[in-house]
Amino acid sequence: MRRPFWLQVAVPIAVMGLLPLVFPGSYSLTVLILSVLHAMHAVGLCLLVGHAGQISLGHGGFYGLAAYTSAILSVRYALPVEVAMAGGVGLTVVVAALLGLPTLRLRGHALAMATLGLGIILNILFTEAVELTGGPSGFVGIPRLSFAGVVVDRDGAVYGLLVAVLGAMMALATNILNSRVGRALRTLHGSEAAAEAMGVDVAQAKRVVFVLSAGFSALAGVLYAHYLTFIAPSSFGFLFSVELIVMVVLGGMTSIPGAVAGAFLVTWLPEVLRAFENVESLLFGIILLGCIRFFPQGLAGAGASVGRWIGALLRCPRGEQDRG
Amino acid sequence: MLGWRWLVVIVMGWVGTGLAWAAEPIVFGAVVSATGPAAFLGEPQKNTFLLLEEEINAAGGLDGRPITIVVYDDESDVNKCVLAVRRLLDQDKVVAIFGPSLSGNTLAVTKVAAAARVPLISMAAAEKIVRPVDPWVFNTPQLDRHAGITILQHAKAAGHKRLALLTVSDGYGQAGRQVLQELISAQGFSLVADEVYGPKDTDMTAQLTKIVGAGADALICWGTNPGPAVVARNRMQLGLSIPLYMSHGVASPKFIELAGPAAEGILLPAGRLVAVDQVPDGHPQKAVLQAYVAAYTKRFGMPPSSFGGYAHDAVRLVAAAVRKAGVAEPAAIRDALENLQNVAGVSGIYSYSADNHNGLDASAFLMVSIQGSTWKVLP
Repeated sequence: MRRPFWLQVAVPIAVMGLLPLVFPGSYSLTVLILSVLHAMHAVGLCLLVGHAGQISLGHGGFYGLAAYTSAILSVRYALPVEVAMAGGVGLTVVVAALLGLPTLRLRGHALAMATLGLGIILNILFTEAVELTGGPSGFVGIPRLSFAGVVVDRDGAVYGLLVAVLGAMMALATNILNSRVGRALRTLHGSEAAAEAMGVDVAQAKRVVFVLSAGFSALAGVLYAHYLTFIAPSSFGFLFSVELIVMVVLGGMTSIPGAVAGAFLVTWLPEVLRAFENVESLLFGIILLGCIRFFPQGLAGAGASVGRWIGALLRCPRGEQDRG
Repeated sequence: MLGWRWLVVIVMGWVGTGLAWAAEPIVFGAVVSATGPAAFLGEPQKNTFLLLEEEINAAGGLDGRPITIVVYDDESDVNKCVLAVRRLLDQDKVVAIFGPSLSGNTLAVTKVAAAARVPLISMAAAEKIVRPVDPWVFNTPQLDRHAGITILQHAKAAGHKRLALLTVSDGYGQAGRQVLQELISAQGFSLVADEVYGPKDTDMTAQLTKIVGAGADALICWGTNPGPAVVARNRMQLGLSIPLYMSHGVASPKFIELAGPAAEGILLPAGRLVAVDQVPDGHPQKAVLQAYVAAYTKRFGMPPSSFGGYAHDAVRLVAAAVRKAGVAEPAAIRDALENLQNVAGVSGIYSYSADNHNGLDASAFLMVSIQGSTWKVLP
């Protein structure tokens, strides 16, 4: 199934671009910015979990590693923000590659175990290396995002920048899925043995996707650190890694716009539910359960059903939609 | 003829409320960690906001206007905390913010409040919050420094020279450790052991054995429940005789309950809230303490904790600032707060100034010892 580019990337980006007009105000903008940051992880994890069939429980750790590296380089070593950000992403990608190299040769849940361990070790590092990271109470005084001396200090501008970066990530991910690597991934998700027999380099394909997804999380991490100008170890823990997986599953595992929608839902829903004090966690749980029960294919599946329904209503033959 | 009767009732109700509160309410915001790992801080604080909102409104409000305190729970999470503060500023249009409960969360939002030019009165103790001073950021808890000074005064009087530290590896423990390291060397003690334990550790015999081996005269343990109770029990099991000082982080009945008989003889600095009946009658805090304890116990069926006290003092200080300024505007409240002198609260007597946004000193603490499962104030 070829994925029409406009439907996969252009429409979601256009919708995200319009959201600040629908929900004005600095509070809504902050929720939107966090949603876009979470969506960056979700796009990478959609490739890894949904297509390569590998679970990572350490992407929260990669997020933090990049954020802390960039913070340390820009504050303690007074490097320009762009250089510090490149350093943060670079180091994280190297760490992910070193971890992926041996573990992705193994079958089964080796990657989940290894990333779980790495995530916890990284979190201990953020907490205990007080001199370097500021310890459990956090790292203060990180400079704001800036490029070539121009500081991006308005939240609206930050949001625009983040949506553009997310758009690039979605385009890259869609292109990968439409390429040879994407076909290889789908084969190995179906059956690793069959994929190997067909000449697919299974370990190589998984490694590419794993490092790429870690890179996406790292980019989200450096942007987060320089947006909020403060980071603390509690934001990068094991539970956050699990939350990221929830976003992908809720989105529908294999659909990139679905994963982005999942990230927005998981970030936004608790804020909406704040109105129902005391029972908000309960409602959150019920809504998630409801999603799994009624949309087993995730938000993407639900979206497709609605699309089909509208299509049938307009008497538009289904075949034409697919070609897009 | 039911229709017109209902109309009369509605009109009368409307007129009635209109007469009672002719003025618009003053809206304050609060961010607490009422759930998550820091719920033990946020829960009593949330209760205190509820209590004081009722109390102040029952007494006629502030300057003739009723008050509303909008309380959000940040679930002990940094991002949720930033969102809650933005929401208070953006949607609820508050004139001052109480909280957050945690130091890390406070450091994440000080810039946000300052940029919006709304005063933030934190209920977290980290020194980084008020040093260097941000014009818009205040806090109410006693600083670790004040607790450290109180402990070292006692240690000096008792003739201890070689001290050992045992701290927990979380924000609270490491902030205390940093201050104590500085104070210990500045006051001419020698630090013979500097051990750390994890927040979830269940046995500290290894650290204690090492401390005894180093020949310490006294041990200072810095942590919040349950770690210090484990330290107390391990100390008794090992039969150690050196005095054990704890931080004000365990100045609650919960600690005595957890440590049981092992708590006997432990020394710690504590706010006057733990021993209200032992505070002398003429003391300026006495009336405030008695009123808070009585009202809180009546409303919630349990005694308040010192964490609730931080919330109490934040509200009372801002109320005093509003009365002083005569207008409930953020900038006026900020300016008035900075000029408050000798306001007696639950945690101490506050005097804010342009270069002191904590307002307390070491006199906010008493040195207490645990005797017969209760607090005994030492002279």
